[in-house]
Amino acid sequence: MSAVVQSGQLPGGTGPSAGAEADGAGVSGLRLAVRRFSRNRLAVIGLAVVVLFFLFCFAGPLLYSTDQTHTALTSANLGPSGSHLLGTDAVGHDELGRLMYGGKVSLVVGLAAGVLATVIGTLWGAAAGYAGGWVDAVMMRVVDAGIAIPALFILLVISAIATPGVWGLILILGLVSWLVPSRLVRAETLTLKNRDYVHTLRAIGGSHTRAIGRHILPNSVSTVVVAATFQVADAILLVAYVSYLGLGLQPPKTDWGGMLSAGLSATYSGRWWLIVPPGLAVILVVCAFNAIGDGLRDAFDVRGRG
Amino acid sequence: MSTFLYLTRRVLQAAAVILIVTVATFCLLHALPGGPARGILGPQATAQQIAQFNHEQSLDQSLPVQYFAYLGRLLHGDLGTSYTLNEPVAQLIQERLPKTLVLTVLSAGVGLLLAIPLGMWQAVRRNKPVDYVITTLSFVAYSTPVYFLGLMLVLVFSHILPWFPAQAPQGDTLAQVFADPAGLVLPVAAGAASVVAVFSRYMRGATLENLSEDYVRTARAGGSRRGAILRRHVFRNSLTPVVAMLGYYVPVLFGGALVVEQLFNYPGMGLLFWTAAQSSDYPVLLGCVLVISVATVVGTLAADVVQRFIDPRVKEGRA
Repeated sequence: MSAVVQSGQLPGGTGPSAGAEADGAGVSGLRLAVRRFSRNRLAVIGLAVVVLFFLFCFAGPLLYSTDQTHTALTSANLGPSGSHLLGTDAVGHDELGRLMYGGKVSLVVGLAAGVLATVIGTLWGAAAGYAGGWVDAVMMRVVDAGIAIPALFILLVISAIATPGVWGLILILGLVSWLVPSRLVRAETLTLKNRDYVHTLRAIGGSHTRAIGRHILPNSVSTVVVAATFQVADAILLVAYVSYLGLGLQPPKTDWGGMLSAGLSATYSGRWWLIVPPGLAVILVVCAFNAIGDGLRDAFDVRGRG
Repeated sequence: MSTFLYLTRRVLQAAAVILIVTVATFCLLHALPGGPARGILGPQATAQQIAQFNHEQSLDQSLPVQYFAYLGRLLHGDLGTSYTLNEPVAQLIQERLPKTLVLTVLSAGVGLLLAIPLGMWQAVRRNKPVDYVITTLSFVAYSTPVYFLGLMLVLVFSHILPWFPAQAPQGDTLAQVFADPAGLVLPVAAGAASVVAVFSRYMRGATLENLSEDYVRTARAGGSRRGAILRRHVFRNSLTPVVAMLGYYVPVLFGGALVVEQLFNYPGMGLLFWTAAQSSDYPVLLGCVLVISVATVVGTLAADVVQRFIDPRVKEGRA
């Protein structure tokens, strides 16, 4: 189930369209990865979908300008028409414009929280794996404990205490979802720290920080990038859950989950345009990021799960 | 490492994890605005009343002392008292948990029954249209918020086609729940979708792995038919590790139950938790968190142990 609710990604293995093996020799690793990625049809479609949604949310309002701040009760609950392509919601916001407006929040919060989670997880995992011994044991038990409490439950507890804004939301989501990447990076660090070049660096007097910063992290970059992509997918889904369950932003600010929550009562009265577009938007974008992650994992040939 | 040593170590690790969770819930309880006193006495309480309450409840003692007292109460099954329902949290959870278990077990069971044949079918037809279609559907199901799926199910199968009720079975006892099986259909369907998505992928992977094993080639060479090999060897060898993965899936199942119960108004632990979040009923919230994390730790432990025993090649795969 979703990240959110779900922790971790769809189990991988090689997807049906996993990269071809017959790549030419003498090509750089990165170029090889790009070539493999571009042969994964699902992943390329995913990338296109993400680009389209960014254009839709950020450039769209330039072409289709709507008032998303003020309510217009005289034009509330209108069906789709020439002047409101996707109709209007219960307080008169144009629904298509709202889809762009809310999408900005969903995408920005999802991206930022996903990246933040990956950064925290990477540092934690690298430190634990590099330190080893009891420090590692304690740090990883903390990760286990975090995974034992599903993110959704923690988020609801927090929602009972405070109502965050966009930045608060990013921070909270980042702080509850760094656990899976930390496990992946730790596993990577365990193999990297015993490489000769790390031992050599230490022997000639290089510091631990330098060993982690110059060797371990750069060599884990493919693992981290793949983890970050899945993390973003999960975060976008998590934002949708969180807004739906009530920790969301206050109107007139909204995101796709908030739109779904607001349109809930419209389900039975046939106003499908309040529910279906934001729902499909979430599904498409999350699918797209997962497909990209899948493609990257195959392209970089890394294990994607912890 | 000997089996005994391994088991001891894993159990100790699990205990340590649960201990960390209790530290976290304890800290959360104390990080609340105004602390528990404000929560119970309400915003009108005077400073004097709060001080007296804190003294009566030993809340004026040092944090370590309070933590160990809290731990002692937990060990005796005392999870505190609900602010709003005025009942012991343990009792509330005891009443609701069985209903949530019914929901999660049914969702997981139905999900697995669909996922296992689907995954095997995909593996056998690898890179054929069927494989692509099911993979795509898995992606979609995995990426769909459970509440949106539930909403669509209600819209189609309850509103447009009046086949099933839009509300889950009501009532306090399990007998009342089972008296209304039609009411369980949509909630279970919503909960099972992601299980199908995730576990069909696991099953596909496990089947593919087994199909490439030497014994399959040997059996083929020995004249066994493909179907017989699939049934007799590949199915069995793939099934156990995949089912064991359910242990890791416990937190997801509970997360799903939270959303499904809220959406279908099913009076289980998820709905209890959701209601408590609306009314800032912290003892209930943290009590539920504790119960769920213990379930998760036990699930993970079980999955680790099962995987180790069925496949001797797995040694400390997940540290």
